[in-house]
Amino acid sequence: MAIVFQKPASLTDKELHYCPGCPHGIIHRLVAQAIDALGIEGKTIGVAPVGCAVMAYDYFSCDMVEAAHGRAPAVATGLKRSLPENVIFTYQGDGDLASIGMAETVHAATRNENITIIFVNNAIYGMTGGQMAPTSLPGQVTQTSPYGRDVRTQGYPIRVCELLSALDAPYYIERVAVNNVKNVNAAKKAIEKAFRNQIEGKGFSLIEVVSACPTNWGMTPQKALQWVEDKMIPYYPLGVFKDRGAEAKEAN
Amino acid sequence: MTEKVLMKGNEAIAEAALRSGCLHYFGYPITPQTELTAYMAKRLPKMEGGVFLQAESEISAINMVYGVASTGKRVMTSSSSPGVSLKQEGISYIAGSDLPAVIVNVQRGGPGLGGIQPSQSDYFQATKGGGHGDYHLIVLTPSSVQEMADLTSLAFDLADKYRCPAMLLADGTMGQMMEPVALPEPHMGTVEKPWAVTGTQMKRKHNVVNSLYLQPEVLEKTNFERFERYRQIEENEVRYESYLMDDAEYCIVAFGIAARVAKNAITMMRKDGLKVGLIRPITVWPFPKKAIREAADKVKGFVSVELSMGQMIEDVRLAEECRRPVVLCNRAGGMIPGVDQIIAVTKDLVSSVEGGAR
Repeated sequence: MAIVFQKPASLTDKELHYCPGCPHGIIHRLVAQAIDALGIEGKTIGVAPVGCAVMAYDYFSCDMVEAAHGRAPAVATGLKRSLPENVIFTYQGDGDLASIGMAETVHAATRNENITIIFVNNAIYGMTGGQMAPTSLPGQVTQTSPYGRDVRTQGYPIRVCELLSALDAPYYIERVAVNNVKNVNAAKKAIEKAFRNQIEGKGFSLIEVVSACPTNWGMTPQKALQWVEDKMIPYYPLGVFKDRGAEAKEAN
Repeated sequence: MTEKVLMKGNEAIAEAALRSGCLHYFGYPITPQTELTAYMAKRLPKMEGGVFLQAESEISAINMVYGVASTGKRVMTSSSSPGVSLKQEGISYIAGSDLPAVIVNVQRGGPGLGGIQPSQSDYFQATKGGGHGDYHLIVLTPSSVQEMADLTSLAFDLADKYRCPAMLLADGTMGQMMEPVALPEPHMGTVEKPWAVTGTQMKRKHNVVNSLYLQPEVLEKTNFERFERYRQIEENEVRYESYLMDDAEYCIVAFGIAARVAKNAITMMRKDGLKVGLIRPITVWPFPKKAIREAADKVKGFVSVELSMGQMIEDVRLAEECRRPVVLCNRAGGMIPGVDQIIAVTKDLVSSVEGGAR
């Protein structure tokens, strides 16, 4: 019988700890498929965050480093500066990247640090049990916004791609989603491009993946994916926010 | 004889680091260690493989250090007290992941923003852990520009040998003063680092640099293993200078700039017939416990001279096992105890011990 689909080589056999219906498994697969497609597993070093993906170092079969909460872009900077021939990626959630690690994120971007960042935005802190994230939507009910996120006292969500694309330096910024097959296929292309950019020495590439958290959103997986479509994507529109490669072509 | 050059302490640290094969430096501006960062900014970009980066914060700088240390390459950051406080999270991760790295603290007075004059008030932070969790740093305390260079070299070697971050605990005086220094011969580390993340090259199982262990019995085991290494460090790496202790009846304990003032005070007291000696810890962790304990067999009392409200004095008391009086001679907030003050405090101790005999 022909094999038509199998686990990417750059994922280990370790069983994932993620909740049923959590898209982290899909996003891990897309990252691993990109690593496989580019044949870079042997020279790739991943940086795991603090958050639901904290144990990602067990799932990717390349070398891995576990960073402190929010510090992955700084750790990745150290790795890349000392091993410029290697491929360095971080895998971070919204609390990690856009709250406690915002300074590290913005400054890695403005240095056009030649790294790849996979940013998983599910609008909630999953690991700690569902607190308000910097990307939680206005009115969203969480453990720490039990009456709904009140923008007057708790501020507005941060649109990371829009914010970073205001900088001159970063090379490539795109937002994708994984709530249906079409979006997953687009996400796959974007993630591979983000790795290819690094191999070609282009610089900072960040792919924001709009994700879901059925457990802490209190929804079935199907309903959560529908919520992504109905609520998340309208607030976090998909698309390419910065592509200095395309800008350069246009300028010519 | 190696030729000596006149250098500032901060620059001597930088040059010694470069000569020790440290090609990666991450820092953030802060007084009074500025010259060190400036020296690295000038030199590293001109060296093959050299990386200098001014980080967005002390927090980022130490995490960049963590990244480079994960690859097994020699790396350093430097700061002064408030900045070193910011680095504590990262230092705890470096210690918890068993990585070698060198951190320089050119101390200034605190707490809070404090001031910019010299201090030794980060002693507790440096020697007792500093960040969260059970861990130690190897802490070296230079007392001259020569030692700023020599102990920097040593810090890299010890960090590699024991897979443990090492700290050079200097102070603003040491950083700013100029003295002739014989720079160390260039040498690279020779310790094998099979744990480093360098890419598997598809030839080995992946390496993981990590301090997370969710099973408590596994985390406990890593703590026990780390403390076994600390025990070896305590056994093998204690360093101190013993000065005029052979016939001493009283012992001053002081490190860094305080030890230099203490030596002058001792010279003057000896002219008056007072037999005073000095134990100068060079490593404050591991602390020279045995030297102090043995001194307690012979001397009648100790004076701990410090640029703080009295921090090392606790280690002196623990080491001498409460057998002799231990008094504090200190200034704080950026002030330095003078020779007169040291003589006065020592003479007070002498008269309280010997009572009416004098």
